[in-house]
Formats: sequence, C-alpha cells, structure tokens
Amino acid sequence: MAEALIKFVDVSFSYSSDSEHGLEALTGINLEIDDGEFVAVLGHNGSGKSTLAKHINALLVPTSGTVFVAGIDTQDADRLWEIRQNVGMVFQNPDNQLVATTVEEDVAFGPENIGIPTPEIHRRVDEALKVVGMSEFRLHSPHQLSGGQKQRVAIAGMIAMRPRCIVLDEPTAMLDPVGRREVMQTVIKLNREEKITIVLITHAMEEAILADRVIVMEEGRIVLTGTPREVFSQVETLTRLRLDVPEITSLANRLRQRGFDRIPNNILTIEEMVNVICQLE
Amino acid sequence: MEHEALRNVSLAIEDGEFVGLIGHTGSGKSTLVQHFNGLLKPTAGKVYVDDVDIFSKDVSLRSIRQKVGMVFQYPEYQLFGETVFEDVAFGPKNMGVSDSELQDRVDQALTLVGLDLSLKERSPFELSGGQKRKVAIAGVLAMQPQILILDEPTAGLDPKGRDEVLSLVAHLHQKENKTIVLVSHSMEDVARLAQRLVVMAHGEIALEGPPEVIFRQADYLEAIGLGVPQVTRLLQVLQKRGFDVDPDHYTIESVEGEIVRLLETR
Repeated sequence: MAEALIKFVDVSFSYSSDSEHGLEALTGINLEIDDGEFVAVLGHNGSGKSTLAKHINALLVPTSGTVFVAGIDTQDADRLWEIRQNVGMVFQNPDNQLVATTVEEDVAFGPENIGIPTPEIHRRVDEALKVVGMSEFRLHSPHQLSGGQKQRVAIAGMIAMRPRCIVLDEPTAMLDPVGRREVMQTVIKLNREEKITIVLITHAMEEAILADRVIVMEEGRIVLTGTPREVFSQVETLTRLRLDVPEITSLANRLRQRGFDRIPNNILTIEEMVNVICQLE
Repeated sequence: MEHEALRNVSLAIEDGEFVGLIGHTGSGKSTLVQHFNGLLKPTAGKVYVDDVDIFSKDVSLRSIRQKVGMVFQYPEYQLFGETVFEDVAFGPKNMGVSDSELQDRVDQALTLVGLDLSLKERSPFELSGGQKRKVAIAGVLAMQPQILILDEPTAGLDPKGRDEVLSLVAHLHQKENKTIVLVSHSMEDVARLAQRLVVMAHGEIALEGPPEVIFRQADYLEAIGLGVPQVTRLLQVLQKRGFDVDPDHYTIESVEGEIVRLLETR
C-alpha cells in the first residue's frame, strides 16, 4: 500500500503559545488522505476546519504532532516551497486572491515566482485556463469577472503550479447559485479528469455529497467520517452539531420516525426518494 | 452606451408584509432595493414610501432613511467604531437622539440581535464573523426603522449563524411588526419566511406571488439560475410520474404531510 499523500499524526494546534489561555484549535487529529481522493470537510465556524486546511500547505504547523505532505514533514522549513507546490489553496473571497491586471498574468504569477521558463509558463497558462473554461477571458481584467469566474481563475492559478492536491476553503460561500455550479463542476473535473486530490471545506451539503469521503469536525476534533451516505444517515448527530442535512435526507428521516420504516435512512437525492416511494406501493 | 439596470418596475409592498426578493447576480434586485430608501434615484418613474414621493423637493432623504433601514451585503465590512457601542449608536446619534436615549436604543438593539450587553465596550473587530454581522444589523435596528431591507443577510455564514439571523428576521416581522424585504438567492430561506415572492430577471419583475405559486414554475426558475426547494421538486417529480400529490408544498413539514397522505391511501 502506497503512503498517503497527506498524513496527520496526533496533530494538535493552538493559536496562542500561552498554553493556559490558548484554546486548542485542533486536538489529536489523525487523518490520511490518499492520492486522487476527494474529501469534504464539514463543521460550523470555529470547529477547526480552516485550521486543519491551513496545515495541509504549511500555512500553519502543528503545536504538537506531525503533518506529512507527499512524505515531507511540514515543519521542514527548507522544503516549504516543495510543499506549497504540491498543495494549492483557494479561499472564500474571490476579490482577495487575484493580483494581476489581466487573467493570464494572474494565472502566470505562481509559475513565474518559482522560476519556470517563459515558454513553459505559456503552455501551463493555456492549459490551466482551458481546464477551468476561462480561455476566452485571458485578456480580461479580473475585476470585470463574476464571482464564479474569479474563483475559476484563482483555481487556474493553482493548476498552473501543477499541484497534486488543491485545498478549497469555502470557495462557493460568497457566490450565487450559478457561480456555485460553475466552481463545483470545475472541482469535480479537476478530481476526475486531472486526478488532483481535493480537500473541500464547505457548509453546503449538496457539495459534500459529491465527495468520496466526508469528515465532520467539532471543537477541533474529527467527530464523524465516512462516505457521504454513511455520514448523512446520522441525521440526529448532524442536527445536534447544528449542521445542515440535505432536505430529502431529512424528509426520509422524518418519515421513518412516523413508522415508515421501509424508507432507508441514507437517501441523498430526489431520484432515490422517488424510487423508494414507487417500491412502497 | 446606456444600460438599463431596472425596467418598468411597478411594485407595492403593504405595511407589515414580508416580501422575499430573489434573482441571480445582476438581475437588478440590489439595484431595486437601493431605490427604497433613496440611495438611488430612478431615471424614470417614482418611489413612494407611506404615500410620500421620496424624491419630491420638500422631503428629506434623511427622514426616509430613518424609516427604511437597509442592511447591506456583508454589513460587517462597514464596521468602524472603536467599540461595539460606538458602532451601534452611530446611526441614532446622527439622527439627533439624546445621549440618555442612545443608551437605551443600543441596549435594545443588541438584545434584539441576541448579543450580550457585556460586549458593548469591546472592539467589534475582536468578535466572530457571525457576531460582527449582528453588530452591524443592531446598528440599523437602533434607528428604529419601520421597514427593514436585508440584502443577502446570511451570505457567507455557517448554518448556525444563518439560522440565528433568519430567526431574528422572523422575530422582527412577527413580534416587532416590521415590514421586511429579504433579498436572497436561497429559495429554502425565503420560502420558509416570506408571504410573497418577487422574482427579478434582467432588471424586470419576472414573477410575483405566494411561494407555492412561484414554485410551480420550476423549469423557468432553473433556467434563470434559481431553483425550487428540493422537497417541492420531489412532489413535482412524483406528480409527473402519475402519483396523486399536490405539489404546492415547500416546507419539509408540509411535504411530509403530503407524502404520508399518499402512502396511507395506498
């Protein structure tokens, strides 16, 4: 069995070095994410999910324990750039991530900084913009774009670095439904076609159900983990953690509680619910 | 080149009503609500608040803005005070409210949004994202507006923060008798709260009516980048498959009742 791409071993982290006052933002995290996996991380604000994400590209390093990325210990300051090349990060606010005056310059910014030769940069920018479906906007100014388009350009900037993993921290939280769909289609394409490992931090259940695996965090710990179907069947736990459950899953659960126990507790889509109702007659 | 952001909009909102205004980005919904308190002046047409033409010469826009409170998108970005108190007191202070009344207004507004009064002397920038947003909303409530416009008040919040803000809005409508206009692109959120929905597309009002009537247009709503609640879609699919269901339900509770009826009559 190959070594996991990302590995957390007994990781704890506090923002304050003063251990008496410093609340632990992460406590005893053990986690492995395999090459090519698509993992969604859920949890309400303050649960530690963004802190976890920032450990994956060494924006933060553990107070105790170790994080390995492609076998490299993230505390190894000499190999920081190697880690950052392996793991790209996309944040929530599309307006804070674009730096250049045109889309193509923005996408070229990362590879230029690591000294990639110019002809190779051109190739990478072309390819990255094509993957996110933004080629026709290459000469546009980023501020003319919609929120969803900006996020896709930010993602293209990551792809141009040829990372093995992209971590997205609530990339759709500030977008409208059209923007959300554009970004999620891009994320799925990166995972399925480009074989890039995805770690998606989100509050949106309809996004989490697309992942191979869902991790739920609460008070700095991992409290649930499994396939979307396994995790969303835990309606009571999720409700207690004040997280959303897809409306259909919640409906199925309510019907079960009213005695319709032939309705399974792990329904995720409208189509599945329709099929169950058809079979009940 | 001129581009009309709004075209031929005629709309009346009753005192005490709760209207959900939906539309995708660029549909004109934010432009529309900025006319309600005179932040934007129509190129053609009139805007009336309480039967007063708000752009007529003898009307002070300041008095209109006191009556029509506006909570912008990401209102926490506009916090500036050194303390929470200073921030919440800013609006009423500018209206000339006396110092002693100012204290009461700030306390009332903070209590309404569910923030502890001990936070008054804290810097708003030390607070969590959800708390900051509540401070910003309290600043609008402290002006005691009769009408409250909220532009995407839950954007970027987690489910817990979202539920808190939405129950605050419901409270302001039901218990404080405020007229509410909630701008949103979440169908689930507006369906639960609003009595009437107004759907904007391309600067015009595309649809208007009670939620169950609007949601009958599921295909159209999807075509303009919106949608209908998942549970409503379920009933619509079942009906298409020949089941005897009434698809005019949009909350989980009422859809549950409809499915139970269907299963029990079989």
